[in-house]
Amino acid sequence: MDKDEILEKVKKITSEQLGVEESQITPEAKFIDDLGADSLDTVELVMALEEEFDLEISDEEAEKLITVQKVVDYVSNHLGEK
Amino acid sequence: MERRVVVTGAGIVSPIGIGVKEFKKALFEGKNGVRRITHFDPSSYRSQMAGEVRGLELKRYFSPKQIRRMDRFTQLGMIAAKEAIEQSVIDLNKENLNRIGVLVGSGVGGLSTIEKEQTILLQKGPQKVSPFLVPMLITDIASAQIAIEYGFSGPNFSISTACATGTHSIGEAFKIIHRGDAEIMITGGAEAAITPLGLAGFCSMRALSTRNKEPEKASRPFDRERDGFVIGEGAGIIILEELDQAKKRKAPILGEIVGSGMSADAYHITQPTTDGRGIRKAMEEALNNAKISGEEVDYINAHGTSTPFNDRAETKAIKSLFKENAYQIPVSSTKSMTGHLLGATGGVELIACLLAINEETLPPTINYENPDPQCDLDYVPNEARESKIKVAISNSMGFGGHNAVLVVKKF
Repeated sequence: MDKDEILEKVKKITSEQLGVEESQITPEAKFIDDLGADSLDTVELVMALEEEFDLEISDEEAEKLITVQKVVDYVSNHLGEK
Repeated sequence: MERRVVVTGAGIVSPIGIGVKEFKKALFEGKNGVRRITHFDPSSYRSQMAGEVRGLELKRYFSPKQIRRMDRFTQLGMIAAKEAIEQSVIDLNKENLNRIGVLVGSGVGGLSTIEKEQTILLQKGPQKVSPFLVPMLITDIASAQIAIEYGFSGPNFSISTACATGTHSIGEAFKIIHRGDAEIMITGGAEAAITPLGLAGFCSMRALSTRNKEPEKASRPFDRERDGFVIGEGAGIIILEELDQAKKRKAPILGEIVGSGMSADAYHITQPTTDGRGIRKAMEEALNNAKISGEEVDYINAHGTSTPFNDRAETKAIKSLFKENAYQIPVSSTKSMTGHLLGATGGVELIACLLAINEETLPPTINYENPDPQCDLDYVPNEARESKIKVAISNSMGFGGHNAVLVVKKF
């Protein structure tokens, strides 16, 4: 899976979880500041990403995933590790 | 001077109608809302029918995010609250929101959410359990969500007394305004416990009717052939308001709450006492609180669940309190039409009392076919009846032996 495909999937999941339009979900967008996520949203979003990409993301790693691009990079680097 | 408390709005989501208008029509037509369960396959259950809320388009009321993050009981409560607030024409920009509170209870809370997440726990492990599990299941969350939606920052909590929840909630909201802690209270009950686990639990108690071949005849309060209650879901929410404030803003006034009474059976976790002394005491307390004599009561909306125990005990209680006059007071159970909405029932039935007063019509007890010698009052059998009524009382009795009664008067 290349980064473009990952981005598309991340956009779709983010849109579903946070109830925002996909057009707002740019790579630079911050989940909390730009997309209106609260602390519970971010936990649920990480769980949805784990499910979609078959990953396990630790709390320490999850805290660093503040933008859409950071998620894409993380997924790209860790795909198939589990 | 004593503060008086009036009802200035009502909202309903019920098995016989969504919205007060539809509910009213069904109530006086004697329409039945009990059908075979569709929320899941009930084939393996002793009782396979329920009063489900049908035809509800959640998308009309909520965003996709709200749909996923609110348990059904909260959604039903929110929909009923919206109707009540709109009828009451509360201007959110004008009113002091610090003086508006919410007290909407649930007997069971977010049972469907618990079941869904328990399945995830067992299948996928604790890391996969939703962070929204707890804020979706707790019984106070309907009160919280209503406050968040409208910005009401007055008193906010919930009461949970099983099937007496709605009546206790309204009774306490009445007292809150009466003693001056708020000007307006959004109050009532919301319930959505028609779930695989919920139904299994009630079935195991042998509390439910098993008349599966005739669902529409299963809820038959006070009839000799009654064999248990029928589980229902929904919400009944009213707006209570201090009288002068309601007059000042020219709010519609649907009736006045003049008294509330409470008691405990202190007897058994689920069975009422055989003589109904608990509900008798609650009725007596409510009438004393309202400073109304037994002769003034024109209508009783009974708890009337359609279980053999309840209807007999409640009948005895009414006869014990009202003596010979008991035979002159019409008593009906609207559960014959709606099924038993558990924690929401008190809200729905108080609204039934208000409709009875304003429409000058008594709602019937449908499915009344075989008189029971132990239940020999005037149950308004099968057909609505015209009657000018000034004072009505609404009874509720919950598992745990909680009893609550409201007295409502024509305004």
